[in-house]
Amino acid sequence: MSTFKPRDWGSHAPFIAPGYKSTILRGPSRAPLAIKSGLTEGTGPRFAPAAVRELDFDLTKNGVVNGEPQGERIVVHGRVMDTDGRPQPDILVEIWQANAAGRYVHKVDQHEAPLDPNFRGSGRCFTDANGNYKFYTIKPGAYPWGNHFNAWRPNHIHLSLFGPGFATRLVTQMYFPGDPLLELDPIFLGTEDAAARERLIAKFSIDKTEEGFALGYQFDIVLRGRNGTPMEN
Amino acid sequence: MAYGETPSQTVGPYFAYGLTAGQYGYDFTDIADPVVAGQDAKGEHIRITGTVFDANGAPVNDAMIEIWQADADGVYSEKPVDVADTGFRGLGRCGTGTDAKNRFWFDTVKPGVVADAEAPFVNVIVFMRGMLVHAFTRFYFDDEAELNAKDAVLQSVPADRRGTLIAKRVETPTGTEYQIDIHMQGDAETVFFDV
Repeated sequence: MSTFKPRDWGSHAPFIAPGYKSTILRGPSRAPLAIKSGLTEGTGPRFAPAAVRELDFDLTKNGVVNGEPQGERIVVHGRVMDTDGRPQPDILVEIWQANAAGRYVHKVDQHEAPLDPNFRGSGRCFTDANGNYKFYTIKPGAYPWGNHFNAWRPNHIHLSLFGPGFATRLVTQMYFPGDPLLELDPIFLGTEDAAARERLIAKFSIDKTEEGFALGYQFDIVLRGRNGTPMEN
Repeated sequence: MAYGETPSQTVGPYFAYGLTAGQYGYDFTDIADPVVAGQDAKGEHIRITGTVFDANGAPVNDAMIEIWQADADGVYSEKPVDVADTGFRGLGRCGTGTDAKNRFWFDTVKPGVVADAEAPFVNVIVFMRGMLVHAFTRFYFDDEAELNAKDAVLQSVPADRRGTLIAKRVETPTGTEYQIDIHMQGDAETVFFDV
């Protein structure tokens, strides 16, 4: 077992990003204390194959009650790797999102857009031996939120990954290319580094697009790499 | 580094039907829940509870807490986490939106000591709407004063903030609880770690 390289804070947002108002009361005000990465941080949960059922990777089917969900079918391909480019196999990827109208199944969401009886909007999959994952879904709609006057979230899909250790835990959002709301969104813009922000935007791929069925996107995910020196036990 | 890290983004307010479905009553399976150790797990069975407070001292009702801990023998499990497992699982996940007082809770066993010069502790991650980056912290135990005094990480924390990491043991009618709140800001701001 080896330890992980430190989190690259230049790739992440600060805890308090005032444009995103909720961070002001909820982000820690003090810098996190650095601790030496050890056994604890190098370990992490693994999951049994049974954690992902047959239709969990297909959100166009896993919430069906009596018909097809509304909206534009898409297929999202991606590769999970570390900062050294090493593919990350057997990583659990959890996803959740709004429906095509911009409405979440979550009971707290009061946006006046219709729920889709045939779309739940959550699923999961594992990466394969080469770190690749794939899921089918409906392109999520934009929706308003209360951060500021006329605030709208860009189309996005939430993703949650454990990675190879508890230290590599990542929760992020995937955005779509060419979305005019991106440059107005304080959550996207919370990441101050423009090059890092680009890594949150999926690429349209005609090669991954399925003839007559679904537009294809590629969204690669990069987790912290490992230190070169094996850890002493 | 050949590739830059993918930035973290907030878990947002609407994670429950994807990440904590069983707890919130959505029709989806779980990969983890508030049970870290089932009834058959070896060790002292305890419950850990607490509340997350924002800078105004208001309880946060849409946070998600995850814990990862060693078993009673001080060993991190290499067995896949399974919510049907009645033994030790190691991983717990709990949202703060279903308890009347917005508490999180974990049913677990007290972890053993993992390595020399360490006290028993639980690894913790805090996620919520309003956090663009999750925060790591630890829960230690107040009845382990001797080991806490030798723990290198705990002792690296300024003495006046160390208490934010130490859970208080309380005997309740339903069993032993360790209580610890998470304060995002203020005088009692929890110590978070850059791990």
